[in-house]
Amino acid sequence: MLLQLKGVSLSFAGNTVLDAVDFGVERGRIQSLIGPNGAGKTSLFNVITGFYRPQLGEISLDGQPLIKRKPHTVTRLGIARTFQNVRLFHEMSVLENVMAGQHCRSRAGALAAVLRLPSQRAEERRIFETSLECLDFVGLTAYRDRLATNLAYGHQRRVEIARALATEPRLLLLDEPAAGLNSGEKQALIELIQRIRDARGVSVLLIEHDMSLVMNVSEHISVLDHGSLITEGTPQAVQNDPAVIEAYLGQDDEELAL
Amino acid sequence: MADSTPSTPPDEERRGNAVQRFYAAFESPPRRRALHLLLLAILVVTPWLASQYMTVILTNALLYVVLCLGLNVVVGYAGLLDLGYAAFFAVGAYTIGILTQQFGINFWAAIPFALAAAALAGVIIGGPTLRLRSDYLAIVTLGFGEIVRFSARNLEITGGASGLSHIPEPTLLGWYIDSAIDFYYVFAVLAVLAYIASQRLFDSRLGRAWRYVRHDEDAAEAMGINRVAVKLAAYITGAIFGALGGIFFAVNLGAISPESFSFQQSVLILLAVVLGGMGKIPGVILGAFIVVLGPELLRDFGTLRLLVFAVLLLLIMLFRPSGIWPEKRS
Ligand SMILES: Nc1ncnc2c1ncn2[C@@H]1O[C@H](COP(=O)(O)OP(=O)(O)OP(=O)(O)O)[C@@H](O)[C@H]1O
Ligand SMILES: [Mg+2]
Repeated sequence: MLLQLKGVSLSFAGNTVLDAVDFGVERGRIQSLIGPNGAGKTSLFNVITGFYRPQLGEISLDGQPLIKRKPHTVTRLGIARTFQNVRLFHEMSVLENVMAGQHCRSRAGALAAVLRLPSQRAEERRIFETSLECLDFVGLTAYRDRLATNLAYGHQRRVEIARALATEPRLLLLDEPAAGLNSGEKQALIELIQRIRDARGVSVLLIEHDMSLVMNVSEHISVLDHGSLITEGTPQAVQNDPAVIEAYLGQDDEELAL
Repeated sequence: MADSTPSTPPDEERRGNAVQRFYAAFESPPRRRALHLLLLAILVVTPWLASQYMTVILTNALLYVVLCLGLNVVVGYAGLLDLGYAAFFAVGAYTIGILTQQFGINFWAAIPFALAAAALAGVIIGGPTLRLRSDYLAIVTLGFGEIVRFSARNLEITGGASGLSHIPEPTLLGWYIDSAIDFYYVFAVLAVLAYIASQRLFDSRLGRAWRYVRHDEDAAEAMGINRVAVKLAAYITGAIFGALGGIFFAVNLGAISPESFSFQQSVLILLAVVLGGMGKIPGVILGAFIVVLGPELLRDFGTLRLLVFAVLLLLIMLFRPSGIWPEKRS
């Protein structure tokens, strides 16, 4: 197991969001986490990446404990993420956005920058080249000098992925990467996710509501409902699991009641 | 400047183009170099053309350039409000005053201590407070500024309310730096160095990190950026700029007192940064000149000049809330 969660429980003011979740991501796999709205999927990402502190449980990456680590440390240890609502640095260029990912892989400080030390210049060049390569990987080199805010939504999502890749992660967490994409862009996203794993060796865990995309791209699916993991397995197994159907039906009932 | 304040929407569009042309005009490296050389030449010959009085005023403006570029790192780059920036200026000035005048340490040898003291002050103020969100930070920095001034007024070593006087003039290779023109050049060199440092910081890993954190702390954190460390670096960098200004301010005047480092001073520096346009180096430099030269140019208004100046500033901020320097957009 690359990522392992054991008995992770999270609650806000007595409101249980995650309830003793045991969960793992296998190395080299593309996995999905699904579940109805409010199931706690994004919260699980936030717990893994150190944004939320669970009350109970253990989390480890490659055997290294992650609990109580700050988000920036978790990223440095090899987990990168995107956000459910795209969160780019809007007033900065696309390339500068991607360069953010390289921060944790470089070290020059203020003095080195002011003196333009040779080591600092070499490092800047490396940041530039790595970031450009990541941007190229998602196919957006042509947009490198545009302000992020001026990009089409689908492109912004890809920039966010490039930025995450620039942190040189072992595990990439994608929170609803297909939300707001058209069908052509969804197809391209499937290919991109597969290339991320195949060409870069990065394991991928995605949260997604688009079932056809999930069934298409995942090798393993876990289902979360009301903060509990109700089942997991191959796409076929999960698809036919009555508990899963019930979880989603329950949601439909609620929506009908509204 | 290339743009004027437009009144109708079609003008608005044209202004966008004018701004783009304005930037494009200096985009090419040779033109940039030519502009830099021109400005440098003006900087060098000015004291030979200006009156002694004007030279002193310009020296003060150059000091402000250093201070404003320093505060710009904190406020403009990193987006941290600082209402007590004069404290770092004071730490630099007092450290140099105490070490040279009371301990007889050579001026140049004392500089590293003054810078270290300012950096330490940056850590002391920044360390515990940078975890706070920005509104609290404003209040804490304001308090810090007042504490530093209060300490300076009440400690014996700082000379109490009357401050320190007879701070010895520095020598450079046997030459006494003492005339108005000497100090003009000292501050011109400092301003140029501050300009170069600002530019280099902006185009660096740390400079980008400041902007990431300013835009979206959580996204920056998710990218592996330690926001507290990065903000602290901004504070320390700003503190060093401020201290450098203070060090040479002290030896220029030969005397310092707590009132040189009042809350008003902090506000004036902040005003220049906001007026010029936070984060925009040429704008901040312009802001520094305006804040120092403005009241001088309005001397004809007599006692009303500060009022007239304040009204003018208010009008500028009303029409250009993000500063007078035009925004560069792609
Ligand atoms: N910071 C927080 N404070 C309080 N409650 C929270 C917080 N974050 C999440 N929650 C609660 O946790 C529950 C799960 O939210 P979460 O965002 O993890 O769901 P999700 O599975 O990602 O849903 P969606 O599919 O709509 O994105 C919700 O009831 C939400 O209100
Ligand atoms: Mg969610």
